[in-house]
Amino acid sequence: MHDIMTSPPPPDFEIRIRPNQSWLRIDLRGLWEFRDLLVLLVRRDFVARYQQTALGPAWAILQPLVMTLVFTVVFSKFAGISTNGLPPILFYLCGLLAWNYHAQTFQLSAGTFTTNAELFGKVYFPRLVVPFAIVLSNLIAFAIEAAIFALFWCYYKFFTPAGAQFGTDARVFLAPLLLVQIAAVSAGSGLIVASCTAKYRDLRHALPLIVQVWLYLTPVIYPLAKVPARWQWALAFNPLALPVEAMRWSLLGRGEIHSAQYLCSLGMTALLFFGGVMIFQRTERTFIDTV
Amino acid sequence: MRPIIELERISKRYRLGRIGSTSIRDSLERGWQRLRGQGGNGHVPRADFWALRDLSFTIASGEMVGVIGENGAGKSTLLKILSRITEPTRGEAILRGRPASLLEVGTGFHPDLSGRENIFLNGAILGMRRREIERKFDEIVAFSEVEQFIDTPVKRYSSGMYVRLAFAVAAHLDPDILLVDEVLAVGDAAFQKKCLGKMGDVARAGRTVLFVSHNMASILALCERAILLKGGRLINNGPTQQVVRDYLKSTIAEEIVHLEERTDRKGDGSARILSCKVESVESGHFVSSSSRMKFTLAYKSDRPLKHVRFLVTIYDYTNTGIYLFDSDAVGGIPESLPAEGIVTCTTDPINLTPGRCYINLALFRGTAMADHVEQATSFDVEADEFYSTGRVPAREWVLCLLQHQWSWQELAR
Repeated sequence: MHDIMTSPPPPDFEIRIRPNQSWLRIDLRGLWEFRDLLVLLVRRDFVARYQQTALGPAWAILQPLVMTLVFTVVFSKFAGISTNGLPPILFYLCGLLAWNYHAQTFQLSAGTFTTNAELFGKVYFPRLVVPFAIVLSNLIAFAIEAAIFALFWCYYKFFTPAGAQFGTDARVFLAPLLLVQIAAVSAGSGLIVASCTAKYRDLRHALPLIVQVWLYLTPVIYPLAKVPARWQWALAFNPLALPVEAMRWSLLGRGEIHSAQYLCSLGMTALLFFGGVMIFQRTERTFIDTV
Repeated sequence: MRPIIELERISKRYRLGRIGSTSIRDSLERGWQRLRGQGGNGHVPRADFWALRDLSFTIASGEMVGVIGENGAGKSTLLKILSRITEPTRGEAILRGRPASLLEVGTGFHPDLSGRENIFLNGAILGMRRREIERKFDEIVAFSEVEQFIDTPVKRYSSGMYVRLAFAVAAHLDPDILLVDEVLAVGDAAFQKKCLGKMGDVARAGRTVLFVSHNMASILALCERAILLKGGRLINNGPTQQVVRDYLKSTIAEEIVHLEERTDRKGDGSARILSCKVESVESGHFVSSSSRMKFTLAYKSDRPLKHVRFLVTIYDYTNTGIYLFDSDAVGGIPESLPAEGIVTCTTDPINLTPGRCYINLALFRGTAMADHVEQATSFDVEADEFYSTGRVPAREWVLCLLQHQWSWQELAR
C-alpha cells in the first residue's frame, strides 16, 4: 500500500542548485508548488489572530473607530482641516480603510526575515510565500473595517442630511482594483525593507518612523486637493497617494483624480513591486549565512 | 540510470567579519572613509573562509552514504546547500528527487493551532501537498499516538506529545532523498533511535540517504559508502570500513606521546621514559579487536643501565587491569643497556572489545623503581570482524574476546 500511495518523481524531475541565478528569475513554479502552504499560512494567521484571542476581532473594530474619532476631533474640529465637504467620520474611515491595510501589510512583510530566521534556517520553501500570505491574511482585517465603513456609510446616507453630499455608482467596482494596487505597494515596499533589514539589522528601528512619515505624506488626514499645485508633482513619488484618494472617489464620489498622475502612480507601483520581489529573491538565497 | 545526487565543484565561501549583519552606521563610516581616500586604515580586511572547496561526487539512487569529518570539515554546510537553505558560492548540484531532512522536525509548529491544523501546516512547510497530507492524515495521527488531543491547540501538549506529533509528520514525508544531520537531531536518545530507525526504513524502501554523523558505529552499521571531508575538501570516498579506518588514523595528530613534561611521575628518577608510541602492527593507529599491538618506548639515563625491567600495563576506564607486559617475565632485554635508547614490545592479537584503553608505563633498575608514569596515554579499540559474523559484545558487558566453537550433539538414549 505504501508504494502505491507514494508517487515517484517524474523521470525528468530535477532541482538545480547553483549560485548567482539571474535577478530577473522569479521562481513562479516553486510558488505554484507551494500554493497550499500559502493557504495554510493565511489560515494560521487567521486562527492565531482572531480565533484564539478574545480581543482579536474587537481590536480590528476598535482601532479604526478610535483613530477616526481622534482624527475627527483633532484635525477636523480643532485644526479645521478640510474633509472635502464630506462627513469627517466617513472621510477618515475611508482613508484609514486603505491606510491601515497598507501599514499592517508593510510592517509585517518588512519583518519577514527577522521573524522567520529560525524557520528559514531549517527548511526550504520559496520565501515569497510568507509575505504573500501576509498580503492575503490582512484582507481579513480589511473586510472587518470595510463592514464598519459600510455601516457608517448607510447611516450617513439614509439618516442624515449629509447623505445628499456623497454617493457612489459603478465606480464602487473599481475599489477592489485599488486594493490590489495598495497591496502591491505595501508588499513591494515591505519586501525592500525586509531585504535591507536582513543586511542592516538596525534598520528595523527606523520602521515606525517610516510608517509615520508615510502617513503624513499620504492624503489620509487631508484631501489630495489641499496639496498646493507646485507640490502636486511630488505626489507621483508616493505611489500610495493616488489610490488612497481614489478609494474615496470610488466609495464616496468625491475627490479629483488626474489620469496623468494616476499613470505615474501605477508606474511607481509596478516598479516598487517588481523591484521588491527581485531584491527579496536576491536576498533570500544567502540570507541565512548572515544570521 | 543517472545519479540521484550530483555535485559538480561545489564551493561555499563565508565572509568572516561579515557573519552577523552590519549596521548602517558601520557601512556609512566605511563608505565615508573610502570617499576621503582613507581606505587604508578604516578598511576592515575581508577574511574569507571556504567551508567547501570544489566538492564533486555522485550518489546513485537507493544508496545510503555517510559523511564524516572533524568539526568544521564542511559536513553541515554540505547538507544546508543540498536542502537549499543556503546557496553555493560556486559550482552546481543536481537533485533528481525530492529532498527532506530530519532536522526540520517541528519547525513551523504554531502553539495556537490544533494538532490537526499543525499537521497540515507543518506538512506544507516540509513540501507536502494538501491532498497528500489528507491521504496520510490518519496514519500520521495513529503514529503520533495523540488521537484524543488532535483538536487541542498544541500549546497544551506535553513536550513528549509535541515531539511525537512533529516526528510523525516528518516520518510520513516519503522523500526521495533523506538528509540527516545527527548532530542537529533534537531530542533524547530514544528519539534519536527513532530517527535512525526511520532512516533504515527509508533506505529499505529504496530511497537515498545522506547521513552526517560523528558516531562511527552508526555510520558503520547503516552505510555501505562513506565520504570523508577535511577542510571543505573531499579526502576519501569509498567503502565505509575503509574510509572510517583512514579517518580514525588521521584524527590522531601526534603519533608519539612525549612524556618529558610529565611531573606527576614516581620513581627515583635515575632513568626516565621519554616517550611512547602505541600502534597496531598491521595498520598503524587504527587499533581493532584483532590487532597485534606494538609499544615503542624511548628512555634516558645518566649512566648505562644494568638489570633493567620495562612494564606496560593496559587497563580500562574502571581502572581494571587487563594486561601486563613485563620484560622480566618474558625476557628479550639484554643484561645491560646503553644510557639512552629505544625498546619495543609487540603482542599477539589483543582480543579486546571495542572501547578505550589506558596505559601505565614503568621502568625498574633491579628492584628499584626508576620511573612510573600513570595513564601515559590511551588508545581506542575499534570493532572489526573478530568473529566472522561481525558481531562482538559491547565493552559494558565484557573486556575480552576469545575465539571459541559451539557444537551440538544428540542425547544418547
